[in-house]
Amino acid sequence: MNRARALSILGIVVVLLGGLSWLVRARDSHVGHSHGTSGKSITDTAIEWPSRDRIWRTIALTDYNTRVVFAGVTALGAASGLVGTFLLLRKRSLLSDTVSHCTLPGIGIAFLIGEAAHLSGRSLPLLLAGAAVTGVLGMLAVVTIRARSHVKDDAALAIVLSVFFGLGIALMVVVQQLPTGNAAGLSHFIYGKAAAMTSSDAKLILIASIGAALLCAALFKEFKLLCFDATFARTQGWPTVLLDLALMGLVVAVTVIGLQAVGLLLVVAMLIVPAAAARFWSHRLGVTVLLATVIGAVSGFVGVAASALFPKLPAGAVIVLAAVVCFAASLVFGAERGLCKRWLEQRRVQHRVARQHLLRAIYEWCETCSQPPGRDAVNLLDCPVSLDDLRRANDWSEKRLRQLLRIGFAERLIMLNDNRDAVHLTAEGKLEARRVTRNHRLWETYLLQYADVAPQHIHHNADEIEHVIEPNIVNKLEELLAGREGAALVPADPEKPRVVPLRGAGL
Amino acid sequence: MNWSELDTWIVITGVLICAACALPGAFLMLNRQSMLGDGISHAVLPGLAIAFLLTNSREVLPMVIGAVAAGVLTAVLTQMVQRLGQVESGAALGVVFCALFALGLILIRVASDKVDLDADCVLYGSIETAVVDVGRVPRVALISGGLLLVNILLTLLFYKELRIAAFDPALATTLGFNADAIRLGLTVVASVTTVLAFESVGSILVIAMLVVPAAAASLLTHRLHWLLLFALGFAALSAVLGHIGAVTLPQTIGRWFGQSDLGATSSAAMMAVAAGGLFLVAWLVAAIRGWTKSNPVKPIETTMSPASHR
Repeated sequence: MNRARALSILGIVVVLLGGLSWLVRARDSHVGHSHGTSGKSITDTAIEWPSRDRIWRTIALTDYNTRVVFAGVTALGAASGLVGTFLLLRKRSLLSDTVSHCTLPGIGIAFLIGEAAHLSGRSLPLLLAGAAVTGVLGMLAVVTIRARSHVKDDAALAIVLSVFFGLGIALMVVVQQLPTGNAAGLSHFIYGKAAAMTSSDAKLILIASIGAALLCAALFKEFKLLCFDATFARTQGWPTVLLDLALMGLVVAVTVIGLQAVGLLLVVAMLIVPAAAARFWSHRLGVTVLLATVIGAVSGFVGVAASALFPKLPAGAVIVLAAVVCFAASLVFGAERGLCKRWLEQRRVQHRVARQHLLRAIYEWCETCSQPPGRDAVNLLDCPVSLDDLRRANDWSEKRLRQLLRIGFAERLIMLNDNRDAVHLTAEGKLEARRVTRNHRLWETYLLQYADVAPQHIHHNADEIEHVIEPNIVNKLEELLAGREGAALVPADPEKPRVVPLRGAGL
Repeated sequence: MNWSELDTWIVITGVLICAACALPGAFLMLNRQSMLGDGISHAVLPGLAIAFLLTNSREVLPMVIGAVAAGVLTAVLTQMVQRLGQVESGAALGVVFCALFALGLILIRVASDKVDLDADCVLYGSIETAVVDVGRVPRVALISGGLLLVNILLTLLFYKELRIAAFDPALATTLGFNADAIRLGLTVVASVTTVLAFESVGSILVIAMLVVPAAAASLLTHRLHWLLLFALGFAALSAVLGHIGAVTLPQTIGRWFGQSDLGATSSAAMMAVAAGGLFLVAWLVAAIRGWTKSNPVKPIETTMSPASHR
């Protein structure tokens, strides 16, 4: 089952990425619009509102450059959404922040090494390798501090982040003073320059994303276990340390490939936000992973489109804002954990509880009115209950009473009398009141007889449990308490001392 | 190495500002909010941008107000996302500061028509240019001195409250202190400190100073007052060492390339690195003394130890 889900995710991701790589390769068909891979921005002219033609060309991906950037950023969004979900569930989201800051000294050092070895200091693979090395080092530093000292998780993250980033900044300042003059583009790693993405960058991102997706699919079951119960995984003999390292390695990989596109300050957002948004929609890991991937990809798409249409907008920031909008929408409307869903659920429960309280209160009032109690239960519920009495007997405020009555009227369980100062139960109301009171009393009786709960405590306890008591429990209780007088109808209130024959049975 | 008056002022300002950050930072660390400094330093960007857009100038007061508002907003929004959305605290902070930072970048781009402003000058303010001043005493040194003084006073005044809120918020609440209010106050102080500090020295030093000295101190002592004193000491020491490093590092690197005329690198960044070095030293000392947890995973006891029979 797991394997099947993993494979389906893998399939979709690979199809997505395959399509994107086609976009990159199919270059010859639109040579006319090509600006080459010179690293210039897609659009250099500042126009306030794009023409219809421009919008069409952007959406239809007519420009080769636009297509390259779309492919790269969308793939990056997908990969980071995928990896970010596992990171989020492992409760290590902010580790991505630390790792991304840790890549900066690596870039500086790699540049220095490249210059010293008289290579071109700006060769991208070298810089990215340097970034990956210090990223891994920073990650290991966090893990070591966490394991080998009393310093807490968050402090370990902040320490490594600030020290490595400080070193990175210091190196950058030095590097920029070197007379080779090659260092000009290095600051792009901080803020990113999505619009300047070349097709080789995009291919690198695509290959890395496909690799990340493959690894995630292969280790889906293992990651799932690690994320939801690491201790259990360890006791089952899984190499949790290795698995953790694999996951962190994926994070470093996504961060490094994201540096060029959105910059080290915003690649964090790509790892955290889509995953956090997807979490609101499902309790199933497979669905969450898939959704995070889609949200990441869509935000990437939207960001690039916006910055292609409005050249003033920085692409990285728009990508993040698009993801944040998705997050906010999910927070409110998410189908599983969203605010609306939880609010509705809460309201429904409150409603049910309120209705049951009202019905039982009326029943009990009727019971005290009729003498002797418990007899003639069929006609018992015909007597009208004055609102004032009802309120006073239960210590309800005026507001609470009105609230309860409204619910009762809405569901046609009670009716007002002619002179509007008393209510009586309708036929449905009587049935429901009997059922509710019966559940309550069955539970009370059970507690009293079999759970050894003191009589003065049972009412409160039953009050909590009666609303969630299920029909099969009621059946069991009936069996258990069978043979008691009146068990078929509503048992009398056990709080009033009565002699009941004990039977030695257990649930 | 030529030591000039400028270097002296850099070190003095650095010591003052590092110490000023270390105090609220120690309590942030105890409250497990260490990453808040990082979050705030990103999230103030929209506050600054909005202040610029509204006033059309780079005056200090509106900028500080905007930044502090954004800083407090970060803390409050993080709480809200965490509670309402049942999102894990780290992820909540990540979402909030990323959102605000992205918004800030866009606003700054929009504002750049009107005022000269870019993200660099906000995030990487430099201590070297800040101390160059017409007057005898640089303005930055005065600001950081005042900041340190205020933070020391606040710490002394609310020592008891901060301590109880940090170590046992539930007890604080039962004793009639509002732990949430104390923490919010701490967040506000931390935001003000952060904003004032990195207006002059850049955010990276602030993030480092909020947590590293306090964490290093926490390896050496379990008493709060000693922790605070150690943290102040570490902060001051790392400022001094950091500036020396900033002057010497480029010369070392320059020697490899046969360049001897490289200027000093960013002192603020090197102060952060120096703090990291001090943290390592403290960790080593603690390890030698056997104060660290040497074996993080407790072995499962296979035999009954004699103590358990008592």
